[in-house]
Amino acid sequence: MAGHSHFSPANVEEHFEFSSEGKKRIIYGFIAGIVALIIGIYLLSKGESGGHEVAAAGHEAANAGHEAAGHLSGGAASHQPAAEEHYDWTNRIWANVWLNAVFFTGISVVGMFFVSLQYLAKAGWSSVLKRVPEAFPKFLYVTLPILLAVFIFKGDVIFHWMHHGVTEVGSENYDKIIAGKSGYLNKTFFISRLIGFGAIWLILWNMLRKKSIEEDLVGGTEIFTKLVRIGVAFIVIFGLSSSMFAWDWVMSIDTHWFSTMFGWYMFSSWHVTGLAIITLTVLLLKDKGYMSYVNENHLHDMGKFMFAFSIFWSYVWFSQFLLIYYANFPEETIYFLERWEGHNKIYKTSEILNILFNFFFPFLVLMTRDAKRTRIFLMIACFFIISGHYIDFYQMIMPGVLGPHGGYGLVEFGMLTAFSCAFIYVISDELTKASLVAKNHPFLIEALHHDI
Amino acid sequence: MSSTNNYILGVYDDEDEVLHAVSEVKSKGIKIEEVYTPFPIHGLDTALGHPRTRLPIAAFMFGCLGLVCAQALINYTMVFDWPMIIGGKDFFALPDWIPITFEGTVLFTAFGLVTTFCISNDLYPGKKPEILDIRITDDRFVMAINVDKNKKSAADIKKALKDSGAVEVNVK
Repeated sequence: MAGHSHFSPANVEEHFEFSSEGKKRIIYGFIAGIVALIIGIYLLSKGESGGHEVAAAGHEAANAGHEAAGHLSGGAASHQPAAEEHYDWTNRIWANVWLNAVFFTGISVVGMFFVSLQYLAKAGWSSVLKRVPEAFPKFLYVTLPILLAVFIFKGDVIFHWMHHGVTEVGSENYDKIIAGKSGYLNKTFFISRLIGFGAIWLILWNMLRKKSIEEDLVGGTEIFTKLVRIGVAFIVIFGLSSSMFAWDWVMSIDTHWFSTMFGWYMFSSWHVTGLAIITLTVLLLKDKGYMSYVNENHLHDMGKFMFAFSIFWSYVWFSQFLLIYYANFPEETIYFLERWEGHNKIYKTSEILNILFNFFFPFLVLMTRDAKRTRIFLMIACFFIISGHYIDFYQMIMPGVLGPHGGYGLVEFGMLTAFSCAFIYVISDELTKASLVAKNHPFLIEALHHDI
Repeated sequence: MSSTNNYILGVYDDEDEVLHAVSEVKSKGIKIEEVYTPFPIHGLDTALGHPRTRLPIAAFMFGCLGLVCAQALINYTMVFDWPMIIGGKDFFALPDWIPITFEGTVLFTAFGLVTTFCISNDLYPGKKPEILDIRITDDRFVMAINVDKNKKSAADIKKALKDSGAVEVNVK
């Protein structure tokens, strides 16, 4: 059909070239991020940038909420987020490392999830762009060790349940509820989950990547069948591990609080961000003149994915919120109270932006067919989704870790910039290692003629 | 398709052939009314040059209407007519209403869209099907050309259809 006849995949390889100028720019960006971070840390140590003045007022508001909560639930729960007991200004740095490491781990692993899902469904259309998400999990080599290191050395900053003596009977910090959860939330089990599932993720990704590159050389359909098996195995593992990591890395920060929706909630946030990053990467590669065979039909499908999963995220977020709002149990509502009017309302703006950026804007921007097929609208939607879900993770992590001492400042900006540049560098480098078109993928011809 | 129209039908037995035939016949300045196929053919709508459906706009309008109606109903019953406290919330408990508003939006969109579709396609329960050639439900592809709406003569049209690979040319 029209337009495709000039491209014959059997003899075409397209290699992404990571130019030295591009490398330089990303490294400058990284350095700028680090400089901003250092200035931010300096200001923080002087007490000029943190919310110390608001802290006192925020304290009272939060405490009032906590007292009411403790009271109404029969005194069983004494809600004291980690930050309020022994706060040190460096906590904000570790909270930021944790936030970005969790956020980028999600984006990286969603690359693997996306490819696996396409293999599981035996989908054809995505084979033109599958080399892009396939490169993402490389960044897990950066984020997983960071998560492990922060947990081992600074875990007590992030997690309430890591505080000294919370599970020891007779200790002044003894907490009956946390002691009851210690069968799951203990250091050894946490670390073994992180290392165990992290290793399985990386092993499966390495297998998939190796086979996929081998397919370029060998051809045939045998490798495809093997890739389907790897994809299926990963989906099973990921279904389990994404939920567990959601409880471990994020939900257990507010140790007393729990939500049965949380695994889904965090997965949906990760997934839609990953989809936006995949779309953005493809669009930027197209801008550079690569991937001419990815046309508006493939972009339309990516747009539909982003649209659908933005709504899925909203659905899960709202389901979690509505049940808690409706049931009105103090030990549950404290979570939203803290984000809405606790801590002198410093988190309220983010909470509103969270809903605007992650539901209303993508919903309205991507609603029409033409928008999903147009570069600029997809770019706008990607911007809202990516920044919106950074805010989403900020809202999940910061109020629990920092309480009244949180805020948006140079530390946040610098840390995010540094992580983003590292991510772009690692992924660009990984993209150079294989042809951008999986030329022997059995469904490639079908994908080239994709028409919707 | 009223009976006063004169149709010339080109019958094809291959989907690729009918797709090529469409552009070939069109290039001779003949206006094609419609192509009937047993299954969807990719690229046929583009080849025929049909404008895109306006149903999504109708869907959006019905959705907005549903949203407004659902909100109006709940507000009237729960806030103005008979205010009730449920679960210690305000009378105007917006989060509680979002599922119902959503359902109202979907309901209005679905029914509105089906009705619009039926009206715009002249469909109603008990309507007798108007099938130009019974084989379009099986294995033939039929290109229908309205003679009255074309400047070319019937003979020219027939010749063009034959040239483009039609296995049969019928008049109806």
